[in-house]
Amino acid sequence: MKYILKKILTLIIALLVISIIVFIAFSVLPADAAISKLGTDATPERIEALREQLGLNRPVLERYFWWLANAVRGNFGESFQYTGVSVTSLIASRLGNSALLSLISFVMVVVFSIPIGIFSAKRKSFLGRGAMTTVTQITMGIPSFFLGVLLTYLFSLVLHWFYIGRYTPPSENFLAACGYLVFPAIAIALPKIAMTVKFLATSIRSELHKDYVRTAYAKGNTRNGVFYGHVLKNSLVPVITFMGIIVAEIVAGSIIVEKVFSVPGIGTLLITAITNRDYPVVEAVVLLIAFFIIAINFVVDMIYQAVDPRVKL
Amino acid sequence: MKIKNNPSLIIGIIITGLILLMAIVGLFWTPYSTTQMDISLKFAPPSFAHIFGCDNFGRDIFSRVMQGAGTTFLVSLSTIAFGMVTGTIIGFLAGYSGGWLDEVIMRANDVINAFPSLLLALVFVSFLGSGLLNIILALGILFIPSFARIARSEMLRLKGMQFVQSAVLIGDSRGRIIFSQILPNAYISILSSAAVGFNNAVIAEAGLSYLGLGVQPPDASLGRMINEAGSFLMQAPWYAIFPGVAIIVLVLGVALISDGVSKID
Repeated sequence: MKYILKKILTLIIALLVISIIVFIAFSVLPADAAISKLGTDATPERIEALREQLGLNRPVLERYFWWLANAVRGNFGESFQYTGVSVTSLIASRLGNSALLSLISFVMVVVFSIPIGIFSAKRKSFLGRGAMTTVTQITMGIPSFFLGVLLTYLFSLVLHWFYIGRYTPPSENFLAACGYLVFPAIAIALPKIAMTVKFLATSIRSELHKDYVRTAYAKGNTRNGVFYGHVLKNSLVPVITFMGIIVAEIVAGSIIVEKVFSVPGIGTLLITAITNRDYPVVEAVVLLIAFFIIAINFVVDMIYQAVDPRVKL
Repeated sequence: MKIKNNPSLIIGIIITGLILLMAIVGLFWTPYSTTQMDISLKFAPPSFAHIFGCDNFGRDIFSRVMQGAGTTFLVSLSTIAFGMVTGTIIGFLAGYSGGWLDEVIMRANDVINAFPSLLLALVFVSFLGSGLLNIILALGILFIPSFARIARSEMLRLKGMQFVQSAVLIGDSRGRIIFSQILPNAYISILSSAAVGFNNAVIAEAGLSYLGLGVQPPDASLGRMINEAGSFLMQAPWYAIFPGVAIIVLVLGVALISDGVSKID
């Protein structure tokens, strides 16, 4: 119980720290929001009026609390680029696409990396092991956006399995959306699968030499009984923490891969916003992703604690 | 050290060496001009004269890959050097002093470390702006935490050892202890994580440049080449493939070296 309370406290502090950093980075440091909104040729009187209206003349601390209070209620103001459109509605219209893409990628990682990891760890011959290591090592190093370009070439331009840019959102046709997102998901997931395979195989190999394995054999367990009943279970425990990193990497990977496949998601929104210096949008997206990642790490900690009782300190 | 029985180290050094050589030569000489356009060679497929083919302006892709690899090396090495030096200093400081300073530094590290490097790089770029120097700075900051963590744990491991304690008793200054006692014993761990960092830097730089937020023209960049090639996949798939393969081979070479180094002891 004390452990959970400590974790929740750290979670809250981390969220506050992130919000302060994001606020300073995007609401205090950049050039005056009033000028960015009106353009440099606006009259000083109009800029002054807008500053007053936006509350930019108030002390920074007061602005932070107003900003935080609004952010908690999901109000991030208006986009600079699309006048009159609220940041929240921009994000809401794209969130579903990105969430589905990340989910499909994550499912792929889990479904493929565990059996391949087991297969890889069981290779004992020099050749088999070398081949597995080489394949995982090469796959790990493929940048996901390059993989995306290769997949578009092969499946869109040569095989015509899907058409780039003809994406239907899941709210209109869920299956069609999944069918399109499978390709970007492969681009995101493949290097992550290789990483997880390497991690799991190393974990299994180090478990195999432990004392309890010998004991399990001595008690008369079969090879598979020892492997699946004891070794695999223990080898998967560190993989849980690793999955937290993988989820964060998938979210980051989707930012760039969405652009390759022109998926209208959070990533494409973020990139356009950065290119156009649309700070309210950048601020909200960064905050959203940061909160998501912190929350995922918290969940991972909780699962880890439930699985491995030794962690309760 | 048994280098003979270490195939990954040997292959890694050969691959990385070849690309490094290609990149260094590319700084001074390329088979063809990287800027001169020749419309008669537009989308020329790979041939003996142009082994990687030509792009939409009829420029030789091999020459441009040579220059792009140079930029990638430059950015990644500077990034890692910046992150390594700063991170090591911070880590040593945290490990040596302990107490609240250690706690604050390491918590801050945890927060930064939890974020995917690409996202943080995007945040930095969004207010630093793009361009070669800003990319090095933005990526360099990202690598501080991982080096700080390793430097700190090395410091904690070595701090209690007798030879360090003796140096303290003799009355050596803090700086002298760090440089003559700690650093010589800690540098292998720090350098081996530099290899992993280098690869992350390569991929992050390529990703940012692909998004148009990284290295800007006229500096060549493998990531931007892939982005430009994206519009011409049908006419010239090799335009995208060769820069991408160059990134993969470079990353593979360094990964093999780091794998090999970890097997040495």
